[in-house]
Amino acid sequence: MKIKNITYAQAIIEAMDEEMQRDKRVILLGEDVGIYGGNFKTATGLFKKYGEWRVRNTPISENGFTGLGLGAALTGLRPIIHNFYSDFLMVAMDQIVNQIAKIRYMSGGQAKVPLVIRTSIGAGRSQAAQHSQSLQAMICHIPGLKVVMPSSAIEAKGLLKTSIRDNNPVVFFEHKMEYNKIYEVSEEEYTIPFGVANILKEGKDITIVGTSNMALKALKAAEELAKEGIDVEIIDPRTLVPLDKDTIIKSVKKTGKLLIVDEGYERCGVAAEIAMSILSDVFYYLDAPIERLTTANFPLSFSPALEFLIIPNEKKIYQKAKEMVMG
Amino acid sequence: MGNKFKPIKSYVLSKEKILKMYQDMLKIRYFENKITDLYSRGLMPGLAHLYIGEEAIAVGVCTNLTKNDFATSTHRGHGHLIAQGCDLRRMMAEVLGKEDGYCKGKGGTMHIADFSKGILGANGIVGAGIPIATGSAYSAKVRGTDQVTVAFFGDAASNQGTFHESINMAAAWKLPVIYICENNLYGVSVDIRKVTNTKDIATRALAYNIPGVVVNGNDVLEIYRVTQEALERARKGEGPTLVECKTYRQKGHQLGDPGRVYRLEKETKEWMERCPIKTFRERLIKEKIFSEEELSIENDIRKIIEEAVNFAIHSPFPQKEEVYEDLFIESEGVEIR
Repeated sequence: MKIKNITYAQAIIEAMDEEMQRDKRVILLGEDVGIYGGNFKTATGLFKKYGEWRVRNTPISENGFTGLGLGAALTGLRPIIHNFYSDFLMVAMDQIVNQIAKIRYMSGGQAKVPLVIRTSIGAGRSQAAQHSQSLQAMICHIPGLKVVMPSSAIEAKGLLKTSIRDNNPVVFFEHKMEYNKIYEVSEEEYTIPFGVANILKEGKDITIVGTSNMALKALKAAEELAKEGIDVEIIDPRTLVPLDKDTIIKSVKKTGKLLIVDEGYERCGVAAEIAMSILSDVFYYLDAPIERLTTANFPLSFSPALEFLIIPNEKKIYQKAKEMVMG
Repeated sequence: MGNKFKPIKSYVLSKEKILKMYQDMLKIRYFENKITDLYSRGLMPGLAHLYIGEEAIAVGVCTNLTKNDFATSTHRGHGHLIAQGCDLRRMMAEVLGKEDGYCKGKGGTMHIADFSKGILGANGIVGAGIPIATGSAYSAKVRGTDQVTVAFFGDAASNQGTFHESINMAAAWKLPVIYICENNLYGVSVDIRKVTNTKDIATRALAYNIPGVVVNGNDVLEIYRVTQEALERARKGEGPTLVECKTYRQKGHQLGDPGRVYRLEKETKEWMERCPIKTFRERLIKEKIFSEEELSIENDIRKIIEEAVNFAIHSPFPQKEEVYEDLFIESEGVEIR
């Protein structure tokens, strides 16, 4: 297999470019996606290649252009909406929650909504309380939306292509701290199916489920844990809706311990949901309570001295996993 | 606004088309009278928002559309669907929550949709259809068709952010969309004149540099004419038009609301005199377009409505399994849970 070195942002651009070339119904809408090349440089070159009707700079009207995307999806296009912070998704919640998620069901299956909403999560850039949140749980809560959380550039490319080809609404959460990282990505075209978790590393002592780049942080922690003789199994669920529960259940039955790492807030979060959704299947196999590492229930601070205190990282994963195994 | 009408012969409309417009208005009226009846007899789940008094708008607008065009509707949406030629039987079945309804009973009165006729859905959120209509117009432009989209919404929706956001985008990109504001003066109980400082909502068009037209919302022919102009503009690529139709809800906000507490009796009485069906009938006879006998179609329409009710009542309730259907289009090999 031939490989190339590209960034996470480039992987996203490649996925959109390939799909726009493949299907002229695919369009991109959002703030700054035009000549500027997209915030976090995730749309560079597309405007020049596809023109203003297929790559549309929108005004700062999140609810308006999200609804516009829905109308376009209902009538024959396959829009990708770029709403570049998950914090900003909240401005468009009526269209996402009451319209996009429900119109197929409400219309008794008449409507088809092939729509992708791309957004980003993650703290770590001193962007403070309104540009750092990881709000995937708020989207997972709503029936009718698929939820994708790619970890690496490899995952981002394959999963975004699948998202664009899906005939249902998909909310695609990118991690803003990953955009500039370089990965080895296949030169060949590939897609990654939804609902199939990726076992990043096999192990026998503890299972760590990490969403988005927390799977990669868990991998780093596992290297350190190996030095202590702790053999970690790491699962990247890839998609939260649909969730591949079977892979997690199988792993936990083997290791007897489960740590879930998600950068969303703790309360009513993704980690709580994953734990509860598998608990009855693994209860008699558990050697310890299921644990979670999440963002504490406080807004993100501007100062790096405060910001990093409440979000999960490699060190916290290392410590928590060690405690769980060593007692 | 008094009852000043232009001569019917000044409109370019065939007799057949004029009669069809009268029939469609009556269909809406009788359909909703029947719903009121079913509701009061406890045969209808939930409630409904009646369009009675506003029939001229849906009919005047939709007479210009084909089934290739699109429209987004509102919580007060029966009229838009009937005017667009949707199946009364499937509509009534939906209102009663039955399996043969347009949405298999999952949508009900507030969410009836008929994608085969371009109706992209009634909507339970005020103003939410406006951006959807704008996107449908965007889509027509990208796909290179001459389809036009109509966004129906009320006076209250004009104070939602979606109104501004959508019209701004449509104007900037010259999208083929017509914004039809049905100003019936009240958002539930709130008088638009008490929460808005402009006399006409249509004047807001100035802010977007597009035409804004005020029209008597109870004059089906004038609405037809104004919409036709807007449609031509849209098809020529000249962009959107905002049309404000001044009208009145003859009933309350919803079934069960008599609509009296917050409105003056005098006002309601005046508007009843301007009833769009009554005044249209009077004009048709006075101007000798049709004879009284030719317009005596009430029983025929009632019969059609009765057939729809009969169909709906005999349609079964949806099967239990149906509650788990239609969330996603299943993709191969992926289990959704």
